[in-house]
Amino acid sequence: MSKDNVKKSVINESGIEIKPLYSAEDVAATGGAAMLGLPGEYPFTRGIHPQMYRKQPWTMRQYAGFGNPADTNKRFKYLIANGQTGLNVAFDLPSQIGLDSDDPMAEGEIGRVGMSIDSLKDFEIAFDGIDLNKITVSLTINGAAAIMIAMYLAMAEKKGYDITKLRGTAQNDILKEFIGRGTWIFPVEPSIKLVGDTIEYCAKEAPKYSPVSICGYHIRESGATPAQEMAYAFAIGKAYIAEVTKRGLSVDDFANRLSFNFNIYGNLFEQVAKFRAGRGLWAKVLKDQCHAKDPDSMVMRMIAGGGGGGLTFEQPELNIVRGAYYALISALSGTQTMALCSYDEAYTIPTEYSARISLRTMQILIEEMGLCDTVDPIGGSYFVETLTNQMRAKMEEHMAEVEAEGGMVKMVAEGAIQSKVSRQAYEMQRNIQTGVFRKVGVNCYRIDEEEHEVAFHPYNEADARAQIASLNEVRRNRDGQAVAKALKQVETDAKSNRNVMPALMAAVKAYATVGEMTQALVAAYGRYREPIRF
Amino acid sequence: MSERRIKVLIAKPGLDGHDQGAKVVVRALADAGFEVVYTGLRQTPEQVANAALEENVDVIGLSSMAGSHLPFCRKLKPLLEKAGLGDKLWLIGGNLPAQDHAELRALGFRGIFPASSKFTDIVDFIKAGVS
Repeated sequence: MSKDNVKKSVINESGIEIKPLYSAEDVAATGGAAMLGLPGEYPFTRGIHPQMYRKQPWTMRQYAGFGNPADTNKRFKYLIANGQTGLNVAFDLPSQIGLDSDDPMAEGEIGRVGMSIDSLKDFEIAFDGIDLNKITVSLTINGAAAIMIAMYLAMAEKKGYDITKLRGTAQNDILKEFIGRGTWIFPVEPSIKLVGDTIEYCAKEAPKYSPVSICGYHIRESGATPAQEMAYAFAIGKAYIAEVTKRGLSVDDFANRLSFNFNIYGNLFEQVAKFRAGRGLWAKVLKDQCHAKDPDSMVMRMIAGGGGGGLTFEQPELNIVRGAYYALISALSGTQTMALCSYDEAYTIPTEYSARISLRTMQILIEEMGLCDTVDPIGGSYFVETLTNQMRAKMEEHMAEVEAEGGMVKMVAEGAIQSKVSRQAYEMQRNIQTGVFRKVGVNCYRIDEEEHEVAFHPYNEADARAQIASLNEVRRNRDGQAVAKALKQVETDAKSNRNVMPALMAAVKAYATVGEMTQALVAAYGRYREPIRF
Repeated sequence: MSERRIKVLIAKPGLDGHDQGAKVVVRALADAGFEVVYTGLRQTPEQVANAALEENVDVIGLSSMAGSHLPFCRKLKPLLEKAGLGDKLWLIGGNLPAQDHAELRALGFRGIFPASSKFTDIVDFIKAGVS
């Protein structure tokens, strides 16, 4: 390379300048090893367990769900038969925003992007024949999360599991839904109150269950930088903690059940440093700002996966290669759980074949590549340690900016965060279209593509009709008076600001539907109105 | 003589919450000098037709990422026609499989912009389509 060709300046997405060479001086100049420590010990930068994957590889949890609960049950069993160790449930949009399948707004959407859930009966079918003590289940549900958590716990109880020992996760991060993803139902304040209800209820009744997985993931997809992704997620986490501690619970009563969901696309070193830095910063925030005493409360547990924003419509088979690098990033970052977007996922619901490729990608890292042999394998690199220190400082800057603007809840309610990340998304898209930010197959190395080799997941009208028929059968066979009474209790408890989870559990067990329970809550809380702000 | 700016409605049809693309296009069109109205999420066909009529727009654009574009557009077409908006420029962008393009065109969507379409192509198409 001639001297003229040497890139004069390299700045990562988070805004940190990258030097051509790093040494011990760079590590020392950015804070040294003050936040490094040992794996399994505060501040957990190197990992949350002393042995990490030597003891147990990460959980493999591909996102899956479509059609009726029976269709999804079949896909779950296929993934488990192929070595998947956890489930990650996709719900259709009507279920996600609290509509029954026979709601006029649900037409054309039933079972389209996830499985359709109307009542407890659907949960019973979806998890039929799956050992919930062996396979942990993650519910990707937010607006309707309180209802779906109640359904999951009620289903498990009915099948004979001891819910005080039951593990599992719900996404249940409503603040990020206002920023990206958009499956909100209620206004901001009662939405946070509902998250608090689920945390409080689970701390008492289902203490092994993780009621919230705080998502930087979708904020990143909406345009945040990697450093903002972490900072905004931590600001959201602090808001939920404040909601619960104001009810009189100690942070150590529940913080060890909070988990995180982060994205993995982008520059490899930036992502790995992001996760190492994030673990240290969350531990510090919990200790210094939230006054946790138990080190277990300070641990940043995560699913690091997906990578949807990095995948391309162009030359979709290249997404298999990207997925492999993303999996490597996740493994090098010390994740607890991994999921990969499949190569066809930019277009459609993955086929069994493409979902299996994603699963095998992770298994190759475990079985062939030695990723589970030693803890934090790239720790100690001058570059990685320097960048970890710099990324942590950058995240602290962003957290301070949020505080200065009045806090995350206020910024979300006013649409300020939404406006900021969407402006960044626009700038990034412009940089991709003008070739400033390189994307293989998109703005360089393009080929003429007539038709992409992707099999589209069909939408099945007959399945939708069957789901509505099944819903009507539930309505016919249940005790209508008991349902009405249970729904009234949900509304009363919501209106009097009590924890609604006990009333929701009772309503679920009486086979009240998702739409009915949502209506009862809307009667108390009203509906969210989106601020349009650019 | 001051010329009226081209006015564009960008709507998010149905229940799909993926609005990053819609918002990005809103900014690109505003930067190109158009007047842009964004509806926000969860619009019914009736709401889209009403917004287009009330705002008196030249262009009606939908952004759909979650696969329900065909059933939505089948319902929207007669509503737009009934509102006398059949002569406006109808566009749709997002996750739109090639196999659906013919039907979208037949329904009256003259501009089809699958995800990763260039801003300049959308802008040029609007300028050429609105006389």
